[in-house]
Amino acid sequence: MKSFTNANPRDMAHAVTLMRQARQRGLTSVLAGGGSDLLGMMKERLVAPDVLVNLKAIKGLDRVTPDGGGVAIGGLITLDALAGHPLIRRQYAVLAESAESVATPQIRNVATLAGNICQRPWCWYYRNGFKCLKNGGATCYSITGENEFHAIFGGGPSYIVHPSDTAPPLVALDARFRIAGPTGERVVPAADFFTLPKDDAARENVLKEDEVLAGIVLPAMRAGARSRYHKVLDREAWTHAVVSAAIVLDIDRDVCRSARIVLGGVAPIPWRLPEVEKMLAGQRITPELAAGAGEAAVAGARPLAKNGYKVPLTRVMVARAIIATADLGLRNAD
Amino acid sequence: MTVTKLHIETTINGEPREFLCDSHETLLSALRNGLGLTGTKEGCATGDCGACSILLDGRLVPACLVLAPEAQGRAVTTIEGLSSGDALHPLQQKFLEHAALQCGVCTPGFIVAAKALLDAKPNPSEDETRYWLAGNLCRCTGYDKIIRAVLDAASEMKESAI
Ligand SMILES: Cc1cc2nc3c(=O)[nH]c(=O)nc-3n(C[C@H](O)[C@H](O)[C@H](O)COP(=O)(O)OP(=O)(O)OC[C@H]3O[C@@H](n4cnc5c(N)ncnc54)[C@H](O)[C@@H]3O)c2cc1C
Ligand code: FES
Ligand code: FES
Repeated sequence: MKSFTNANPRDMAHAVTLMRQARQRGLTSVLAGGGSDLLGMMKERLVAPDVLVNLKAIKGLDRVTPDGGGVAIGGLITLDALAGHPLIRRQYAVLAESAESVATPQIRNVATLAGNICQRPWCWYYRNGFKCLKNGGATCYSITGENEFHAIFGGGPSYIVHPSDTAPPLVALDARFRIAGPTGERVVPAADFFTLPKDDAARENVLKEDEVLAGIVLPAMRAGARSRYHKVLDREAWTHAVVSAAIVLDIDRDVCRSARIVLGGVAPIPWRLPEVEKMLAGQRITPELAAGAGEAAVAGARPLAKNGYKVPLTRVMVARAIIATADLGLRNAD
Repeated sequence: MTVTKLHIETTINGEPREFLCDSHETLLSALRNGLGLTGTKEGCATGDCGACSILLDGRLVPACLVLAPEAQGRAVTTIEGLSSGDALHPLQQKFLEHAALQCGVCTPGFIVAAKALLDAKPNPSEDETRYWLAGNLCRCTGYDKIIRAVLDAASEMKESAI
């Protein structure tokens, strides 16, 4: 790892100032949450900052607090604390389940929610130092290369998949992201936070220079709402999703009033399925309807040479996840 | 850029300790190279294998992904802190009895991770134990003996607590 100076901010505004000051002195800076993604990248010298702004020095940003019927979550909460928080487990199960599904107990104890959302892509070309679009280059090597874990939706010119497990639930829950920056705070809906590579292939979200993700606000859940996170892995535990689905259903006496379905592992952003949501609204959830939803979910998929398997995997996962969330059980899902 | 060493005051295995480190040094490196506590191992250095597992304020963390200055004012527990004098911790004893190791590189990490599990949950099921230890990789022994050793230690610790 290249050497750097440690900067310990007092609060978010101070973190923003420290980044700006570094830049004005011609130095590069980087934000550190738990460091579980960042330190790996620094060891590989994919990131080599002069100044490390250690967000964990800021006190009080690791809490869940009631906020007008919903909750406000500090960006520095660890994934372990988030997954275990009674209010999150009860009201926003999809978020608790996604946090619990990340990596290993060791990593969940250091990893922060903001860091999870802002983690860089885990595409093997990028992580191994290839000069790709994410790394200052002009090519995405996955297009003609080893692309079994790459995007089937929304790809081009880069085909990374967004790696965060908590991002699809946050989009499905209509979360708002609080961003601290040089001119104060701005609030962005989760769905607008993540950006496609066609807009800017080097980045994954709307954060600008000297901006920090400070926290998340979740709206109140309706009384009949239920939610689940479904994650398919290439092993039992420990790793990023091959495909995943965050499902939020608002059910009133057997009828689905409204639905939110957002996929992970299939696109460079959390991939929302508005057409499928419309299919479910006002309907009784049956195995037939869920199977149709699975078909509709993959209607626009454009797989690369080696990730075609993600299409049937997503189709079946969406159908099963809808049924399971509606609590009808898995028996007739196939 | 001039780089000065940082002076860190911390508690390690119950004893107050001080050390000097670089700002970019990992806690794993400070423990092994600065403090001579070589029980904690480096497998991958990227958070994948769990060989570097330690407890920081009682929480299980990968020391390879924690910067050494983070130890300032905190309490660190490493594998060296588990036995009391010559008496091995029940987990250590059971790893020996079950022959739950071969090369031994993963063993300190497994034992510290298992201690964190039993501290939080004295009576874990086999499933819970397997999921909890999913972040610890072993290339030699195989996992079955390790799981048996942990479950056996749990039941022995429960009996001796009665
Ligand atoms: C073995 C292993 C397995 C993993 N498995 C999974 C998995 O299953 N699912 C998953 O989702 N992830 C996984 N990860 C990735 C990831 O490390 C974690 O999910 C973690 O949540 C990252 O959080 P952190 O606080 O450690 O981030 P850091 O490493 O501190 O930061 C990550 C990135 O976000 C930026 N950043 C941090 N905080 C902020 C902020 N407040 N505002 C703006 N930018 C910020 C940093 O500059 C950096 O670029 C895995 C990692 C490893 C090593
Ligand atoms: S050395 Fe830290 S997890 Fe492998
Ligand atoms: S005993 Fe050799 S790696 Fe586990």
